Amino acid sequence: MTPAAPGAGFLDRRLVFFTGKGGVGKSTVTAATALLAAERGQRVLLVEVDAKGNLTSLFEHPPVGFDPVEVYPGVSAMQMRTEAALNEYLRLNLHVPVLGRIGPLASVLDFVATAAPGVKEILTVGKVCWEVRESLQGRADWDLVVVDAAATGHVIAQLDSPRAIQELVSVGPVRQQTEWMVDLLSDPAITALQFVTAPEEMPVNETIELVARARAELHVPLGSVVVNRVLPEPFTRGDEPTFEALLDRPPRQRLERDVGTGVGSVLEATRLAVSLRRSRAAHLTALREAVDLPLLYLPYLFVRDHGLRVTRMVAEHLAGELGL
Amino acid sequence: MTADSLEPLLASREILVFCGSGGVGKTTTAAATGLAAAVQLGGRVLVLTIDPARRLADALGLEAIGNVERRVPDAALHAAGLEPRGELFTAMLDTKASWDDLVLRHAPDEETAYKVLGNSLYQNITARFVQSHDYIAMERLYDLHTHGRYDLIVVDTPPTRNAIDFLDAPARMAEFFGGRLLRWLTMPYRLGGRRGARVVNFASRPFYQLADRVLGSQFLQDIAEFFLSFQSMYDGFVERAQAVERLLRDRRTSFAVVTTLEGAPLREAEFFARELTARDYPFGAMVLNRVLPDYLSASEGHAAAAALTERADALAKALAALGDAALEDPDRDARVLRTAARTFLDYAVVATREREQRAELSRVPEVVATVPAFADDVHDLAGLAQIGRALLRSP
Repeated sequence: MTPAAPGAGFLDRRLVFFTGKGGVGKSTVTAATALLAAERGQRVLLVEVDAKGNLTSLFEHPPVGFDPVEVYPGVSAMQMRTEAALNEYLRLNLHVPVLGRIGPLASVLDFVATAAPGVKEILTVGKVCWEVRESLQGRADWDLVVVDAAATGHVIAQLDSPRAIQELVSVGPVRQQTEWMVDLLSDPAITALQFVTAPEEMPVNETIELVARARAELHVPLGSVVVNRVLPEPFTRGDEPTFEALLDRPPRQRLERDVGTGVGSVLEATRLAVSLRRSRAAHLTALREAVDLPLLYLPYLFVRDHGLRVTRMVAEHLAGELGL
Repeated sequence: MTADSLEPLLASREILVFCGSGGVGKTTTAAATGLAAAVQLGGRVLVLTIDPARRLADALGLEAIGNVERRVPDAALHAAGLEPRGELFTAMLDTKASWDDLVLRHAPDEETAYKVLGNSLYQNITARFVQSHDYIAMERLYDLHTHGRYDLIVVDTPPTRNAIDFLDAPARMAEFFGGRLLRWLTMPYRLGGRRGARVVNFASRPFYQLADRVLGSQFLQDIAEFFLSFQSMYDGFVERAQAVERLLRDRRTSFAVVTTLEGAPLREAEFFARELTARDYPFGAMVLNRVLPDYLSASEGHAAAAALTERADALAKALAALGDAALEDPDRDARVLRTAARTFLDYAVVATREREQRAELSRVPEVVATVPAFADDVHDLAGLAQIGRALLRSP
């Protein structure tokens, strides 16, 4: 039996945020985590924070709204909408029935939600925390809330918003409302912030920077770093000189004579693959040296389509990395 | 008829704004475009990057880019084998400093300016919350452009959560500072005059009652104080925001959308293209970045890969007989041939996917430029120049 990898613990938390630079596959890893947890019998709420509306396409399901919809057995998904979150907050906490009836107030609150800085962040984090607290207290069913959170940089503002608001608002209901959120977000038994990256220069640099910032500026417990899209090493150290030798003129001509001119393309593509892998290996080393969190590796998938099949493949690789 | 070079745009526009989702190489593309324009077309070219990470600084070999523009030394360009016809400058947005500048410029007197600068709400808004980047980026662009020191400004847009947020930022800003809502929010102060009168006014209106319950009266008071100080600057701000918006729609400006041929960034790019067109912004170019080479899709390669796999053992024997020490083990040769064939086919799958994605592109602007996938990351001027040549289709 493979021992469980360190950092595997994030599946046992109740609230897991995934962040990472755009383009590294943050949404795919988030969706795969939800799928994996559901396959293991957990009831999962998957929250899409960036309003792109294509997270559910990873389950081959049409876009969802603010109300959770089951997109896969055991996985319900919702899209964060600030106005809806504000409405819900007012209804539940202040017993304000329907905003429309208060006339101009609706537009004021709409304005506050869209234009006033920080409000979006606090409403987003607040809604997520609220779902977790409801579950902890037995009023909601989620074993795990997985958040496809904001990308690098923004996530700090988002997760820090309860504390930022506390600095601004010293008394009153908002103050009380943020206190329990800060507690929940800083509890290592409940919350984890996961990083997704790819073995490329910019994503690695930003991850190193972000982990350092998160450590310095946030009280949120850090989980592990998922390194996505790791390219395969085509050749072993022993085979590589043989491949290099094939690029010389005589063997190349020999092969071209036997199998046609396309050999040049095959060798060229392989050379590209070898050098891509090599340049990325250096970034992985840099990441390992600079970040003291457990690293989980997911391979680059040479597949033609997206959708559920790919999400499942990523989940399987993730399970393998976690020793499940 | 679509062109495949950015050159006509660079030659005819004064501002080129690069947008696209995160991770597609927007910053690098903007830097490479600026470099190519300065080197090949000449003139004074500024690359304005807004990304809080100091990526462009690394790529341009500068230790720090602050809110001031710096010239990339000719010596650095020469060292990269470039003979520039023009001059290249870079600047990075410092959000906080730009906001402070703006306040100092619009405040009627020093006292008001320092009251605003010292307000805790102001400090929080400008320093902590990300939305403030969007507006100030466009504001700074306007400022740089009106000074007229540059023939061309290439802009890397902020990585906004919703990629078009920055387009709405000027209008939102105008609404924010000039809107009735704000005046309404500060009304109890303006009517009451003294702080004591405020409570009465607040208590008598359901809105203020509710706002008090939600936000707490201290916070509301901070907001009101902040905006009261800001009142004297409303007109200046609104005028300015409107001018910024006019500049973005002007025909001297063009927008370029950067994307890779992967599903998610491409969908984002298409959304972008739609929004730009719908809002009547000049959408001039699309840059397809890190595209795999065409030969991966050609039938000769596929035929060769199939033959290499099938006849690996026979071919290996022939290779082993060539007398090259590295090829003398036929088993190893066969294994390497099969691996090469499989690697080609793996990458060909991705290339096919890219081609399909490209064919599905519905809205294509005048220029569609393609930058090939390079084996190594670009982190120096020579690398940027290589991308620049692809963007301008120059040898």
